[in-house]
Amino acid sequence: MKLTSLLAAATAASALFAGAAAAEQVKIGIAAEPYPPFAAPDSSGNWSGWEVEIIDAVCAAAELDCVITPVAWDGIIPSLTGQQIDAIMASMSITEERMKTIDFTDPYYNTPAVIVADKSMDIEPTPESLAGKILGIQASTTHQAYAQAHFGDAELKVYQTQDEANQDLVAGRIDATQADSIAMADFVNSDTGGCCEIKGAVADDPAILGRGVGAGVRKGDDDLREALNKGIAAILADGTHEKITAKYFTTSIY
Amino acid sequence: MTGLLELLGLGASAELLSLSGWGGNLLRGLVNSLQIAFGAFGMGLVIGLFGAYGKLYGGKVTRDLLAIYTTVIRAVPELVLILILYYVGSDIINKISAAMGGGRVEINGVAAGIWVLGVVQGAYATEVLRGAIKAVPTGQIEAAKSYGMPAFMIMRRVTIPAMMSFAVPGLANLWLIATKDTALLAVVGFNELTLETRQAASSTRAYFTFFLAAGALYLMVTLCSGVVFARIEKWARRGQPSLKGGTA
Amino acid sequence: MTSVKALMQPHRIVMMLIFAALVVWCALSLRWDWIPQYAPLALEGLWTTIWILAVSTFLGFLLAVPLGLAQAIGPWYLSIPARTFCTIIRGTPLLLQIWLLYYGLGSLFPQFPWIRGSELWPYLRQAWPYAVLALTLSYAGYEGEVMRGAFSGVAKGQLEAAKSFGMPRFTMFRRIWLPQAVRNVLPTLGGETILQLKATPLVATITVVDIYAVSSRVRSDTFIVYEPLLLLALVYLVIAGLIALAFRRFEQG
Repeated sequence: MKLTSLLAAATAASALFAGAAAAEQVKIGIAAEPYPPFAAPDSSGNWSGWEVEIIDAVCAAAELDCVITPVAWDGIIPSLTGQQIDAIMASMSITEERMKTIDFTDPYYNTPAVIVADKSMDIEPTPESLAGKILGIQASTTHQAYAQAHFGDAELKVYQTQDEANQDLVAGRIDATQADSIAMADFVNSDTGGCCEIKGAVADDPAILGRGVGAGVRKGDDDLREALNKGIAAILADGTHEKITAKYFTTSIY
Repeated sequence: MTGLLELLGLGASAELLSLSGWGGNLLRGLVNSLQIAFGAFGMGLVIGLFGAYGKLYGGKVTRDLLAIYTTVIRAVPELVLILILYYVGSDIINKISAAMGGGRVEINGVAAGIWVLGVVQGAYATEVLRGAIKAVPTGQIEAAKSYGMPAFMIMRRVTIPAMMSFAVPGLANLWLIATKDTALLAVVGFNELTLETRQAASSTRAYFTFFLAAGALYLMVTLCSGVVFARIEKWARRGQPSLKGGTA
Repeated sequence: MTSVKALMQPHRIVMMLIFAALVVWCALSLRWDWIPQYAPLALEGLWTTIWILAVSTFLGFLLAVPLGLAQAIGPWYLSIPARTFCTIIRGTPLLLQIWLLYYGLGSLFPQFPWIRGSELWPYLRQAWPYAVLALTLSYAGYEGEVMRGAFSGVAKGQLEAAKSFGMPRFTMFRRIWLPQAVRNVLPTLGGETILQLKATPLVATITVVDIYAVSSRVRSDTFIVYEPLLLLALVYLVIAGLIALAFRRFEQG
């Protein structure tokens, strides 16, 4: 990012961006892709889902004026550091690697990683069973890091979105995919995901898989982090979190 | 026949494409795409005009710098340029804003798209307009000079009208590139037509319906632009002897 | 060609010094420690980019010749489809075409169990055939339009002369028409190939691991934003430069 100080001379173009606005709004970045049941757009472009409701609830509890801003997932951290958004609430796991670049709030949900494959396939979530198989994973996720570390003998195919990996799983272009258990439970119960089933959770590796999902904020943006923490604590305490969860899931995911 | 349509996911396509369904999203995406294409094309024209003048009449350093600009932009994939300009652009602006004591600047997606594609378009427009200006007979410009016309007036009254007929075909091409390049902004998550299409397709699983519909929309834009530019070309050539074959 | 002498002007020397300083500054103060780890992957990606480029331009050009010919002199039942094909390819974004082929067909295949059972399936389930197909069709669409102009541009007199010597039609095509048309398009071919190079990173969006995908991987693994992109831009600049040089040689020689 030091590069920019050098290029600063070349910024007569800055006027172009000048949509300078009342900056009190907090832009919450979500991934610009359907990720049911956490976040998916309807045909009028409104996003809904568990995570969207949680965002609304957290912001209401923290008395923040939030706007949901869809961003490409693989550029979501640069978008945060580049100030296009103020916080990430996109099912992003809290990991050591990410904490080198951004800060996280306390977790607001937690879900194990699972392997999903065609029902007819005899696959187990172990390195031995996956050796030689084509494993689809989403870029910039804990699953990618995990698969690279543990499933080195599988052929890894990296997708921009989990949705594309799911499509290719249905199309038979990959043998299996590794992803969050809740999103996958939703997928295998859907019409399209009927081909497939959850083969089990992968062995835990907290260093890679992290300790739950939190909201990402810029390093040093402690005001926002504190405010979001307060909001998360509030909805956990007053039962809002539970109530929203009950609408989507049968078990607690905290 | 209906069996085949069902198979392709086209059976329910009419319903899916209706304005109250996902069709409205596609149209909104199209409007975004066109806005960005229009802005980028305009910005490209402005850069191109200065660039062309700089390349033709500028000093040594200006000319070399412009040569580097056009070469680099035309050799590096748009996708890579978009990513670089997108992150660099917003980073710089926030740095400046912070340095001037201002707060964070809100970056509007359309504006960022215009800036990114405008810089790319500028390089191509520079070349197109340079060629067109060079094609204007020097006698015409010299005649204007000898009457004591100021430089800016020569540009406005002589060079630009005279070069129009040479520039229009190239510019028409640039406009088409601009409309198609907006699709690349899908990769950085702008809600333009291609991204809207993909979201609609993956939400409904009707891939063929939506990709074909989006293709038809792009094609419509292309064909309409063709008609408009043919008109403009005809207008730019008014009063000129037929140049048919000369620039085709 | 820029000779050494042309580079030795005072202002250019100053610019080169500034540029050299910039490079040194980049090398020293930006992060490049990731390079050794990703170098093997980057080389593989580079190779993928190059072969996809080579194969798709070659096949695309082969396809462009009949497309151009059909439009230039074909009967209506050939020229109309050829023109429609070129219009559609040139009128829609390549990204959309790639996604239509990959995800559209991908959503179709599961409905035919026999496709998965066929011997072609190991290829069809991979991403590169779709990438090559989409890029080939795209190149053919653009170049077909150029070839149409090139075929029309061959002087009528020469063809009439050949005819009057009683040359058979195919010989006439092979010996006079095609070589001249190809010579007509040669100066544009280098530029078109560079345009094709610039289209190749789009295949990364359908999981083909080209050099662009490798840079994305570096970005997502390390969260370094600019350095991989700058290096990537440099790589494309060098490849484009080599293509331009090669075509200039080819034209002269």
